[in-house]
Amino acid sequence: MTVDAKTIYETLLLKSPFHPRIEPLNQANEWTRWAGYTTADCFTDLTTEYFAIRHAATLFDVSPMVKYRIAGVDAERFMNRLLTRDIRNLRPGRVVYAVWCDDNGMTLDDGTVFRFSETEFRLCAQEHHLAWLQDTAEGYQVTIEDVSEAVAGLALQGPLSCAVLKVLGLAGIAGLKPFAMAEFDFAGVSLTVSRTGFTGDLGYELWIDSARALVLWDALMAAGEIHRLIPIGSQALNLARIEAGFIQTNTDFMAADHAVRPDRPRSPFELGLDRLVDLDKGHFVGRRALLREKQNGSRYRLVGLDIDGNKPAHDTLIYYGKARQVGLVTSAMWSPTVKRNIALATLEAPWADREDGLWAEIYVNRELQWEKTAARCRIVSRPFFDPPRRRATPAPDY
Amino acid sequence: MNQRKYDVIVIGGGHNGLVCAAFLARAGRSVLVVEAADRLGGAARNDEIAPGYTASACAHILHLLHPRVRSALKLQHHGLKLAVRQMPTVALAEDGNHLTLDGTRISGALSNDEDARSWPRLHKRLLRMSRVLHSFLGRTQPRLGTKSWSDRIALARLGLSLRLLGKTDMREFLRIVNMNAADLLDEELTNEQLKGVLAFDSVLGANFGPRSPGSVLTWMYRLTGEANGSNDGLAIPVGGMGAVAAALATSAKSFGVQIQTATPVKRIIVENDYAVAVELESGDILRARAVVSSADPKTTLLNLLGSEYLDTGFLRKVKRIRSNGLAARLNLALDGLPEFTGLDHAALGGRLVIAPDIGYVERAFDHSKYGEYSSQPAIEITIPTLHDSSLAPQGGHILCAVVQYTPYNLDGGWEAQREAFADHVVAIIERYAPGLNAHIVARQILTPLDIEREFGITGGHWHHGDLAIDQMLMLRPVPGWAQYQMPLRGLYLCGAGSHPGGGVMGAAGMNAAKRVHTDLKREN
Repeated sequence: MTVDAKTIYETLLLKSPFHPRIEPLNQANEWTRWAGYTTADCFTDLTTEYFAIRHAATLFDVSPMVKYRIAGVDAERFMNRLLTRDIRNLRPGRVVYAVWCDDNGMTLDDGTVFRFSETEFRLCAQEHHLAWLQDTAEGYQVTIEDVSEAVAGLALQGPLSCAVLKVLGLAGIAGLKPFAMAEFDFAGVSLTVSRTGFTGDLGYELWIDSARALVLWDALMAAGEIHRLIPIGSQALNLARIEAGFIQTNTDFMAADHAVRPDRPRSPFELGLDRLVDLDKGHFVGRRALLREKQNGSRYRLVGLDIDGNKPAHDTLIYYGKARQVGLVTSAMWSPTVKRNIALATLEAPWADREDGLWAEIYVNRELQWEKTAARCRIVSRPFFDPPRRRATPAPDY
Repeated sequence: MNQRKYDVIVIGGGHNGLVCAAFLARAGRSVLVVEAADRLGGAARNDEIAPGYTASACAHILHLLHPRVRSALKLQHHGLKLAVRQMPTVALAEDGNHLTLDGTRISGALSNDEDARSWPRLHKRLLRMSRVLHSFLGRTQPRLGTKSWSDRIALARLGLSLRLLGKTDMREFLRIVNMNAADLLDEELTNEQLKGVLAFDSVLGANFGPRSPGSVLTWMYRLTGEANGSNDGLAIPVGGMGAVAAALATSAKSFGVQIQTATPVKRIIVENDYAVAVELESGDILRARAVVSSADPKTTLLNLLGSEYLDTGFLRKVKRIRSNGLAARLNLALDGLPEFTGLDHAALGGRLVIAPDIGYVERAFDHSKYGEYSSQPAIEITIPTLHDSSLAPQGGHILCAVVQYTPYNLDGGWEAQREAFADHVVAIIERYAPGLNAHIVARQILTPLDIEREFGITGGHWHHGDLAIDQMLMLRPVPGWAQYQMPLRGLYLCGAGSHPGGGVMGAAGMNAAKRVHTDLKREN
């Protein structure tokens, strides 16, 4: 979507290519901003939308996601220089989760990398990074293009998502493996479907030329009718992603280039993403700093917490022995699916592998009165919710 | 071929490369210097501009050479002699009413008693401040925000030495340090000619004019040459600037340094994130424990090393170094001594400056902002043959000129305009020296573009990057990396692009040598 320069001052937020369909469906009329776009926070009812993710099929508009097309003979070398993981292992037709860092080894953002061919990638990110990517590409034969507006995206998530796509007529979709993608002819254009998502459930993301976005929406909603496919807002998605244990830039950690306070940025190690860092693949941006951190130790550790009780530990301080403050919760919820009070928290490194002694100081507002409770918490592995259907291939039919 | 023969390979045989090599060898390291050109010296070398005429190709006045370089490397013993020292400066006037600055003595038709009293006072005050700066030239700059005691002590020392200036001087230092030279001169002095030549000194080699903030600081930087205790003032070495390089080479060899000229380096070889060798254009690979480059930061890091080994933030900083030169060099081979209106033979042996007033220098700068060369450039001239007749055939002379402001990126390009520019400069000088043109046997013009090509300096800046407050001291060559070692282990910078910058000073090479030696010792 292009914006008329004359009216940009009144166009404070852009509208997604799906907006003409989303707007009338948004009965709750709850909106929020995401990456410069108006997005639906909730369409009808949070509970309904959340349970649809776990029990049926849901549609979430991911078009606002920042998307870069990276192509050229040096595309692989460039991506390997940008990202902390070894991208040479990523075969064409595959997708991978990755983070990238600044010189200090501090995380700039996380995102997914789609490999279309030997020489073409797409990087989907939470924040904008064009200048960083271009400066990183100095000396590399690669073109970097912001295709955020040109490519529309829909996340189709939930146990019935594959069933919906079968109705839509995507041949062989059930055989698509997790983190694989495939191209389909759809309404005369190419539709890319990747088995990826932010819910930790069986699910897909569908990518199409923005100009054909509405055709895709209509076809999906029609195909999903018998499976009770509904659109969801970002609130419901957020619950699902916490259950999946996924972190979110500028929610669970500050993007290094956004942070003002020098101790706010976090390294991938500190985010618990050690598996995404390959210090042996040759130089990449931030490697020397990460190597030093590996040798000298990290300051923090992002962990998953299981907290006693059923009061979500929003923005809660974590104490050791009820006295010493050792961390902070960044995302929290009562998980209806796993029936646990879960949270993502950043702890000071020495406390991040304690078996016990951690306490969450939870404030609960009971009819205009804040009450403080201390709840015991334990560090647990993520994801909190990890259904077999997420990985099963062929995707299960219900 | 793959055996490590040397502790250190120094890329570039300019004065800083040779100084660094000599200090390292003096400390017991085995060192090889590889120089791309067929002779040593870099921007401190001589060129034969016509048969029998030898001119300092780039630097032509020696006034910053660090005393420790001179003494520790025994340069006098190795053949460095001065043909002239404490040259007076003559502020030329077209009508011949020149003003001469000899030390702090002012003489000339238009000088007045007030300035005669004020200038020595101002000069003395600036020198006191320059002495503080000077004490930092010969030291590795501290890192900021570290917990290391040596960094803290170095910072404390900087603060203390400023404080020790006393209340009045420290307050004055803080007041004027980022001021523009024109305002300071207007505060203190009245004579336009005097202010003009001092304004010129404040911006010589810089990318700004005397009305630009920070020009007082660059002036103080220049005055460190007077504050360094050598007492030589403005000097010309016997045999031209190439003789300094020759003395450095002899000294370096006496300590065991091996030197190869006509040996251009193709790239720096990295293994396991360590600079381990250089590959020559010939294809030979020379291994060493450390690679030290006296080439400018951009050449070293972007061309010889390559961006793939550099983090993006660091790369950004390197690319942002303002490295375009604004000074051109003109060398004239003359068949006789030119006559400057109103100058006798003795005065002709001084440093002659065309900068009649502050406005003249500022206007000369204005053109360069828009990609033009100055219609009336500010020019510094020496005639070294008056002090050293060996540089030219019997009766012949050399005229060396620095022409400011001459942009690297000239609108329309240099190829089509180089000769016209040279004609223009000669015509400007001719206004002060009628008949000059008739004496010219040959001429050599070096625009910043030519300096880039001839000496391999990106942008053709003789300091390898502007000397301005944001590119000085602990911010040089880039913030966070002022300690000569580069992010890649085993790779160091030792050229003018590092602290404390260019001019034939040698301090960058000396400081870098210390750093390399310390690191190698730590590894043992």
